[in-house]
Amino acid sequence: MILQVENPVVEVHDLTVSYDRKPVLWGIDLTLPAGALVGVIGPNGAGKSTLIKAMMNLLPPSSGYVRIFDQPLKQVYSRISYVPQRESVDWDFPASVFDVVLMGRYGQMGLFKRPRKADKDAAMEALEKVGMQSFADRQISQLSGGQQQRVFLARALAQNADIYFMDEPFAGVDIATETAIIELLRQMRDQGKTVIVVHHDLQSASEYFDWVVLLNMRLVASGPTEQVLNQELLEQTYGGKLTLLSKVGDLLRKQEFPAREKG
Amino acid sequence: MQDFLEFFSFADANIRYVTLGSVLLAASSAVVGCFTLLRKRALVGDAVAHAVLPGVCLAFILSGTKNPLILLIGAFVTGWLSLVVIDYITSRSRIKEDTAIGLVLSVFFGIGILLLTSIQQSGNAAQSGLDKFLFGNAASLIGEDLIIFSVVAVLLLVSVIFFYKELTLLCFDQAYARTIGFPVRGLELLLTTLTVFAVVVGIQAVGVVLMAAMLITPAAAARFWTENLKVMLVLAALMGAFSGVAGAFVSYTAPSMPTGPWIVLIVSMIAILSFALAPGRGWIARILRRRRNKTRILEENLLKLLYQLGELRQDYGNARSIEELLERRNIPKKEALSGLQKLKRQGYLKKEDKRWLLTTEGEKRGRRVVRLHRLWELYLTQYVNLASDHVHEDAETIEHIITPELEQKLLEELNYPDLDPHHARIP
Repeated sequence: MILQVENPVVEVHDLTVSYDRKPVLWGIDLTLPAGALVGVIGPNGAGKSTLIKAMMNLLPPSSGYVRIFDQPLKQVYSRISYVPQRESVDWDFPASVFDVVLMGRYGQMGLFKRPRKADKDAAMEALEKVGMQSFADRQISQLSGGQQQRVFLARALAQNADIYFMDEPFAGVDIATETAIIELLRQMRDQGKTVIVVHHDLQSASEYFDWVVLLNMRLVASGPTEQVLNQELLEQTYGGKLTLLSKVGDLLRKQEFPAREKG
Repeated sequence: MQDFLEFFSFADANIRYVTLGSVLLAASSAVVGCFTLLRKRALVGDAVAHAVLPGVCLAFILSGTKNPLILLIGAFVTGWLSLVVIDYITSRSRIKEDTAIGLVLSVFFGIGILLLTSIQQSGNAAQSGLDKFLFGNAASLIGEDLIIFSVVAVLLLVSVIFFYKELTLLCFDQAYARTIGFPVRGLELLLTTLTVFAVVVGIQAVGVVLMAAMLITPAAAARFWTENLKVMLVLAALMGAFSGVAGAFVSYTAPSMPTGPWIVLIVSMIAILSFALAPGRGWIARILRRRRNKTRILEENLLKLLYQLGELRQDYGNARSIEELLERRNIPKKEALSGLQKLKRQGYLKKEDKRWLLTTEGEKRGRRVVRLHRLWELYLTQYVNLASDHVHEDAETIEHIITPELEQKLLEELNYPDLDPHHARIP
């Protein structure tokens, strides 16, 4: 059940990604529709974050390509926004909440430019949207996990992008934050933005998303939530790893083989 | 003392130059060091510092002069090369970065010492003074040297101001920087180049062996005092500058003393003082905080004890002797007495012929501690599913740190309960 769409906002073509020569994602062919709230779901080690990172060109693909709005990523930086995993940065960095959210405007400002008044307004507005305006001057080292996540979200909102890629925004946050975030994501979708979310909780997936991508080292399914979240496909995703795939991957690494003959 | 006055009157032009040079060098490397530190690449500075020595020697062998510009270029080339080699080893083999740094540092430095020794034994008269690059000599910062080194130092400061926003984001969240289209490779290259330049200009004052300290120590010390990056940069620059001046002064009064070790010793003293004295993060602040917590626990335990006795005997208005208190709870008598005295001074207790009595405020505070203790016990049994005989110890500490807001939340979650898990009334 892999549904390809017409005029996709994201097109992933034959994407293989390897760590140290071992492929962790095999030949992903994926298209996503505009204006959807998309959940990327799968077990631990399925390559969910890897997929997002490869879409963001943070990991070099062994093969294949990604196009966003039918263009290579380089052409559309101003229209995309990425929310990395909360743990990917050191929060003991000398910066305030406002400083971090203002980073969301750096792309628009361009190199060497100082933040303008309008950039500061946009950052403040983004903080209000996540209910953190009273924390603007707080040091980021003093935030709780949920607050850190909201700050990252605010930074992305300040970018005013058309498509958002979020890596585990619900990991380790409190219920109040989770509810607030999903509410915000729905609003964004209703404004016509596309939101792609890596998520690991099956329970809430059917409620949160209108399009689901099931992943476990390869693409298992992609389609509207109600068509994808069924017993059979979930078993394919979660029911045991494809040990053969893993073993071949290990072999590629050990023998220092390329994942593609010409690569 | 006379030396001191003579030096700090800056009447001698040489002194002015040497001081200016040291300040610029130390401040510029401290500022660049802040970013190296925040990028968690502190060790890289050390590798570069050691790797410039072969460059200096090679430049001298090839040119036969001690022209600072030529030596500087030589230093830059090998400093840069060392970083390229570290990157190459890390990305192309299973060797981790720290190992690669160790390898590169010792190999480059070894070659440097080899070249230096052979130059010294070649009998070339021009070579004298080349060994100053090992430990530095601020006093030689005059004339053409000073101009060249100062120009580079000012360039470093200007680049950091110019690229402040970009470097900050690079250090905080590199992946994000790439997704907004920042030329991350270019910025990495820039920071690397700045680091190499900072090292190259700094060796004149500090020498290759100790240069890493000039990069990292002021930054680490400054970090203790502030949570604001701009303030941190200024502070690090000031600390670097101060030690630069102090080092230049030592050079002036005792020309046989190597400048570098002095500068490094002074900046290290500043760092140690910062670790000890800085508010919040500092070592003394932490000790004080711990002491304050301990006193608070003692005081609240005493109030709680008096309240519980009143509760037990249904007579809050009666005074108790210290023996009665210690019978119920094992507190060293001396500690208990000083705690009681202090509570009396604060107005929570009254003393009536050697017996202690709660004032209205004291009773209130004692009651609150008892309430928090029982609320927490109830919370643990109901929400954490602990057995009721396991919750007392936990509640003994938690009762002292629950804030009024948390207390309100507890009350709401537990639906304003009357009894704790041991069926004691929650006051």
